[in-house]
Amino acid sequence: MFRRAPLLMTVLLFGYAFLYGPILSLMVYSFNESRLVTVWGGFSTKWYSELLHNEQILGAAWLSIKIAAINASASVVLGTLAAVALVRYRRFRGRTSLEIMVTAPMVLPDVIIGLSLLLLFVSMQTLIGWPAGRGQTTITLAHITFSMAYVTVVVRSRLAHMDRSLEEAALDLGARPLKVFFAITLPIIAPALVAGWLLAFTLSMDDLVIASFVSGPGATTLPMVVYSSVRLGVSPQINALATLIVVIVAIAVAIAGVLLYRQEKGSNSRKE
Amino acid sequence: MSIPGAQRALTGRRLIIGLPWLWLGLFFALPFLFVLKLSLSESVLAQPPYLDLIREFKDGVLILAVNLGNYQLLLEDSLYFKALLSSLQIAGLSTLLTLLLGYPMAYAIARAPQHWRLPLMMLIILPFWTSFLIRVYAWIGILKNNGLINQLLMGLGIIDTPLEMLHTPFAVYIGIVYSYLPFMVLPLYATLVRLDLTLLEAAADLGCRPWKQFLRITLPLSMPGVLAGAMLVFIPVMGEFVIPDLLGGPDTLMLGKLMWIEFFSNKDWPLASALAAVLLVVLIIPFMLLRHYEQRNQEAQ
Amino acid sequence: MTQTSPAPGAADTASTTASVRLEGISKSFGNSYAVNNVSLDIQQGEFFSLLGPSGCGKTTLLRMLAGFETPDRGRVLIDGQDMTLVPPYERPVNMMFQSYALFPHMSVADNIAFGLKQTPMARGARNLRVTEMMELVQISPLAKRKPHQLSGGQRQRVALARALARHPRILLLDEPLGALDKKLREKTQFELVNIQERLGTTFIVVTHDQEEAMTMSSRIALMRDGQIEQLDAPRRLYEFPVTRYAASFIGSINLFEARVLQQNGDEVRLSCDEAGADLLVRSSEKMLPGMALTLAVRPEKVRLLSPGEQSPNLVRGRIKEIAYLGGISIYHAELPSGKQVQFTQSNVQALAEQPLSWGQDVLLGWHPDSCSVLTE
Repeated sequence: MFRRAPLLMTVLLFGYAFLYGPILSLMVYSFNESRLVTVWGGFSTKWYSELLHNEQILGAAWLSIKIAAINASASVVLGTLAAVALVRYRRFRGRTSLEIMVTAPMVLPDVIIGLSLLLLFVSMQTLIGWPAGRGQTTITLAHITFSMAYVTVVVRSRLAHMDRSLEEAALDLGARPLKVFFAITLPIIAPALVAGWLLAFTLSMDDLVIASFVSGPGATTLPMVVYSSVRLGVSPQINALATLIVVIVAIAVAIAGVLLYRQEKGSNSRKE
Repeated sequence: MSIPGAQRALTGRRLIIGLPWLWLGLFFALPFLFVLKLSLSESVLAQPPYLDLIREFKDGVLILAVNLGNYQLLLEDSLYFKALLSSLQIAGLSTLLTLLLGYPMAYAIARAPQHWRLPLMMLIILPFWTSFLIRVYAWIGILKNNGLINQLLMGLGIIDTPLEMLHTPFAVYIGIVYSYLPFMVLPLYATLVRLDLTLLEAAADLGCRPWKQFLRITLPLSMPGVLAGAMLVFIPVMGEFVIPDLLGGPDTLMLGKLMWIEFFSNKDWPLASALAAVLLVVLIIPFMLLRHYEQRNQEAQ
Repeated sequence: MTQTSPAPGAADTASTTASVRLEGISKSFGNSYAVNNVSLDIQQGEFFSLLGPSGCGKTTLLRMLAGFETPDRGRVLIDGQDMTLVPPYERPVNMMFQSYALFPHMSVADNIAFGLKQTPMARGARNLRVTEMMELVQISPLAKRKPHQLSGGQRQRVALARALARHPRILLLDEPLGALDKKLREKTQFELVNIQERLGTTFIVVTHDQEEAMTMSSRIALMRDGQIEQLDAPRRLYEFPVTRYAASFIGSINLFEARVLQQNGDEVRLSCDEAGADLLVRSSEKMLPGMALTLAVRPEKVRLLSPGEQSPNLVRGRIKEIAYLGGISIYHAELPSGKQVQFTQSNVQALAEQPLSWGQDVLLGWHPDSCSVLTE
């Protein structure tokens, strides 16, 4: 195919260069001695050590990780329930509304979601006194709301491709529905759950706009710190941070890829 | 013994449907009512910075103060209408650009040897897993006056004075295409890879030349993917804030950025809400298009 | 075609409780009936087949026995107990799925043990049972393998062992041989029958393959549009179909439209324009002259007569088509009325010329006992 279509091949290569060029340039300049990002002043890791001593960034990163982890776990539970509802129960009241509510958060602009959630939290506080103030709790609630939509999509597609008769066979062999779910369904959709968890974690770690709306004075997440420092201009510490993130993501993806590949090999029995 | 079993199954079913529904109903659907309500109230210097719609409720009499002033302002001040037009233009054009780059990429991946496809798609999605903010930031270093591109061009002697690229519409387009490319390639790839290749062989057998095969067979059959990809880019870009803020200039008008300014800089929550309401209404049609595609996709499964 | 003798105690033993009894079962999906008012008794130890084309309701019926579907009307009784609303995991019934539905994340042994783990049972006893089951279906060396490491035939055996491990009173098999290739299918048919006879479990098989049903079953329920068209032992279903549908679903058959001339005892004389002759058939049913009916004759019952030979049913025709199938050859002869009659000849000698050639005039006949009368 490629040999017959040099033009296609060129576009593809250009596309990948376009996707990865900027990331590479960030990584290269994170080892730049000079503060001026564009002037090469020799190899140095000093920005990394400065980054690791930057209390503000470290504190924000820790907060972001906490929020992301809670968010990911809750999103996987809620998103899986929504996926099971949409795949397993063909007709129920509220199906259309549920379909819309799991699609919309993925595409609607963040500014709308952020503003509307803030207004909800403000009203809830005056009406029932919870959540008291804004900060980690409100950010987490907001993140779960849009992350679970992504998890639903991932789990739903895996569930839709799962052979229904596997569950029926387990019921037939005497396992009760709850047992069937934990012994058969969960292990089979496990890769989707892992992927969904990681996706929800990443989305939360990455969100600037929604967190800015629903956060209070005490809670500053990592993207908020990055944003305020980036607005002031190019900062080598951010380059170092970017490099660390890319490396962590690459390792995580590699591990997930290997695990997924093994799982896939084990569950291909149906694709005949 | 069967009746309690059936009862339990019903309870389980209610729980499975009810929990996510209630969560999304409370935290996703309900807040829109608050946006609507706030867009009809008055802005004041207070905490929170608005007056409640409900002024008084006494002896069964409800006194509401509905303020249409925010919408009036949106209509009267041409700034907002210009921002809407400019958002539509930027979102529309960048969707087209993303399609022009994304389609050949998706096509090439879908026609690559089987064992290449998954890694190639992984490479498309991978950047999405790193920070969006940082990826946009990377372009500042590349596009600015003493950035990589200008240094390269001047070093090669092609230009003498640096090209003004950062804080221009050009930078905004670059940023959008760059950030949203995976959203375009993903649905396109999904439709293209499912395309039955024997259809093309049949067309060729019936005397159709390759270029015509593409126009007559491949392109029409991949339209659902094109539509889905376009909506996945167009809808969020309409309200994009980060890209126009970091890469655009002060004259880059977009609704999302305007909303942010009204909210954070001017502390005018009611006006920001009115803007959000307008944006939401504008996005209903593209959203319906997206839903239409997804429903067809699910039926195909 | 081989046939098993009817299982002991099958059919007419109404005194004992039926292993399975369906009473007026109906089930509709949307506005069409999948199963329409089916009643049926299956005895303990039977090898029972539900036969029919896809969409005839046989799978729905099986799924109602397993408990995956609830009938809209009617009752399901198993060993005399009403099971209509009992969930699948509380029924003394197990099923072998068409896709086998082996759990992909468990080894062969774990798959077989799964059902046993759902009831309190000592580990030793359980392991013993698993071993026993693997020996029964001859897959002992595969115990540690995962399903995706097995061939189609091996998976089928694992599925069978898993379904039998709980010693169900009734085993339901949904197209058990459907996914196997032809050679393996023939071999496995006999193994299934052997296992069934050894265990004495009631087997209820759903199949669309008439040959499979004929080979294995003690009785066959031929289904059509959600109803039972004919319920009989394989031999009777083949030799004496009661409707045109039953006659043409199993094997091929020649059908003649005819009219009753007169009845003498159990001998009925018919006039048949299609055959171009009067025909004779035996029927104990009372028939009035002038009544219209259909006469059915299997191709292998039609004999090629030598010139001058006599037969109560005798037609003249001309060979139109010849198909050589190895063991036999199939001939189509056209009668003067334009009606085509099929008949077969076994190829006894390897190097013999075809005894008949295209366009040759032939004389064909059959015995009055070898044909049946269809009233529908």
